[in-house]
Amino acid sequence: MVETPLLRLRGVTKAYPAVLANDAVDLDVMPGEIHAVLGENGAGKSTLMKIIYGSVRPDAGTVEWRGEQVDIQSPLKARDLGIGMVFQHFSLFETLTAAENISLAVPGTIADLSTRIRAASAQFGLDVEPDSRVQAMTVGERQRIEILRCILQEPKLIIMDEPTSVLPPQGIAKLFETLRRLASEGIGIIFISHKLDEIKALCDTATVMRGGRVVGVVDAKVEDARSLTRLMIGREIAAPSHSAERGDGHAVLEVAGLNHTPLDPFAPALKDISLTLRSGQITGIAGVSGNGQDALTRALAGEIVQGSQDAGTIVLEGAELGADTPDQRRTKGLHFVPEERLGRGAVPIHTLSENTGLTTHHAGLVNWGMVKLGKRRALAQGTIEAMDVRCGGPDATAQSLSGGNLQKFIVGRELALRPKVLIASQPTWGVDVGAAAAIRQKLIDLRDEGAAILIVSEEIEEIFEICDTIQVMFRGQLSPPVQAQTASIDDVGLAMAGDFDALVLREAAHV
Amino acid sequence: MDVLVFIVSGTLAAATALIFAAMGELVAEKSGVLNLGIEGMMATGAAMGFVAVSLSGSYTVGFVAAAVLGCLLSLVHAVLTLVFRADQTASGLAIGILGLGLSSAIGKSYEGRTVAGLPELNLGPLSDIPVIGEMFFQQDIMVYLSIALIFATWYVLTRTKLGLVIRAIGESPENAHALGLKVRLIRAGCVGFGGAMAGIGGAYMSTAYTPLWAEGMIAGRGWIVVALTVFGTWIVPRVAFGAYLFGSMSLLELSIQAFGWNIPSQAMSVLPYVVTIIMLAVISRNLAFIRLNSPASLGAVLKIS
Repeated sequence: MVETPLLRLRGVTKAYPAVLANDAVDLDVMPGEIHAVLGENGAGKSTLMKIIYGSVRPDAGTVEWRGEQVDIQSPLKARDLGIGMVFQHFSLFETLTAAENISLAVPGTIADLSTRIRAASAQFGLDVEPDSRVQAMTVGERQRIEILRCILQEPKLIIMDEPTSVLPPQGIAKLFETLRRLASEGIGIIFISHKLDEIKALCDTATVMRGGRVVGVVDAKVEDARSLTRLMIGREIAAPSHSAERGDGHAVLEVAGLNHTPLDPFAPALKDISLTLRSGQITGIAGVSGNGQDALTRALAGEIVQGSQDAGTIVLEGAELGADTPDQRRTKGLHFVPEERLGRGAVPIHTLSENTGLTTHHAGLVNWGMVKLGKRRALAQGTIEAMDVRCGGPDATAQSLSGGNLQKFIVGRELALRPKVLIASQPTWGVDVGAAAAIRQKLIDLRDEGAAILIVSEEIEEIFEICDTIQVMFRGQLSPPVQAQTASIDDVGLAMAGDFDALVLREAAHV
Repeated sequence: MDVLVFIVSGTLAAATALIFAAMGELVAEKSGVLNLGIEGMMATGAAMGFVAVSLSGSYTVGFVAAAVLGCLLSLVHAVLTLVFRADQTASGLAIGILGLGLSSAIGKSYEGRTVAGLPELNLGPLSDIPVIGEMFFQQDIMVYLSIALIFATWYVLTRTKLGLVIRAIGESPENAHALGLKVRLIRAGCVGFGGAMAGIGGAYMSTAYTPLWAEGMIAGRGWIVVALTVFGTWIVPRVAFGAYLFGSMSLLELSIQAFGWNIPSQAMSVLPYVVTIIMLAVISRNLAFIRLNSPASLGAVLKIS
């Protein structure tokens, strides 16, 4: 006898004005199955999940739930059917406790729920303290609350949207264990990701999407990473070539004893940060975000000006930067690519040409207070060509570009000025695989020209892929540097959870 | 001793209008809606309450009429900001000005008239206790109701599911909407409650505290209410404390005049406003506390479909 699928989609189509987000998509999820939906950013995964969860209505196609055709008009309806979703960006209330957050979605008194939360925590290995406030929690804890909130609604199907993107490696292993336990209870799980190794480790079946269509339904255990990549992007992507260090290795930027207490009382204070960036090296700062990376990059870029005595020193090529503004630091060769592309890296409603002028106006763009429009335009055009930015030319607005293309443009804009030091925060966050590879290659090329580069990234694979030395940030403190070639990914993972000793001792053993 | 009795019993009465309006504004702001029209809503309530009491002779009718009109006025604000996504600041100011105009239109032919004044509630033996009885138990019913309102507001906001929902919506209406909470309905309810309480507060001014109608008699108390909620860091006891501080300062003004001290009366009239704001500004400096209690979405345009 053939089992009835929990969820069956047939020919689901959704068109938006500019794109066909889903084109006749079929999907079957069995009870107790962990089903991967794999694809690049923009492949249509999110739209499909929104259709299943009822927040987007399809233009055509049918949805069957346990053998019966249904019309999921709203998230409320989806929840009634037994479909739960754990969002990539958490939807928790910071000022409330774990139990209060859960009580907003699950009926019952706080006391009742606390008991149920403790029981479910034990059953599925999800450590959550019902009475503690979300505000003080780590990303992993927040995710566990989201999952618990989902489980307590007793769903038959759980959609997990990129759940591992925010977790340190040890947290991922723990999450997988929980998901396997849920599946063994007969709950179907849709696992959205673009990380191939995770899908191979966890999932039974993978539906691969590209450009809004299903390009393959494969057995995740059988396929290898190469064949999945080829399916997912339709071509193979060369890993960035990573030659030995170049340049003379002299210290370009030296930071000593940097302290800073942010205004936000819940952001960690920077404690005695010391850091040396050397010519021809890429230094990577690993760590779960929210551990002080933001304050550190702002302090280096000059967005936070240090005032007090114990604020420490930032020295660029022997000269103290002191209270220099970001603009003054740029003219001295220290460039910064912030994490937020729209609003901080570029002005959304301005054209690419205008956005070019924001950071490059010292490069002969201004004459007697007048902007040389032709030259600015040419500079923007040059960046577009050099970085292969797909856009409508220098007059397209920044907000009209996709995330990956805008990021390529912003990185290219800074590269055009030949920086001595480049600080890039999450340079490939939310960028599709092709653009990410291109950006990483450009950063390596810049290193090979002798620049000193600092990358702040949550993606540990990225750090290992392109960095020469690695430091880990945890609660405002920075670990000592270790060599990327000899460090182990597990030790870096332990350091991300606060155990700097593991990293340093192992490193010492290698020497 | 007489002076102390005068100040304590007077403070309770002087703070009552503020307590009503401030508890209402606190609830509205906790749900994430800033209502800057409180001054106008209090004024409208004052005029409406006065006219209704004059015509019917019943205080119940007066307070109900004031509450209904204040509520209706605030629901205009709710519709503009929640349905038409108007800016909360602009809408609140506009409705406030509308309220002031409405109050003078309603009270036009009653200018300078008086009503009997709300009688003291006789609490029997309690009222007869020397000193204590004179301080606390020779007040009108609205004074006791305002104290009950403080406890009720505190209880609902911190101890009930409704309060949890209000706080959640005030922090993130988008997340609340995603959970299926009725964001617009709850917010409209909170704003409407705020308007009704402002109306009652206004009516208390014109029919009980100084039982006469004069245009402009609210004299900035609505603005003090807005300041109280913010400087009281959205915590019920702190906001109530601020209201009583303001009340006691305005009593001090009267007592000092009674002593015959030669301080310019203009300086004395400013005193309650200045002292209250400085005092609350000093106690509200703890950033962690503010972040925990302030409704994060306050003043922001609603971004849900």
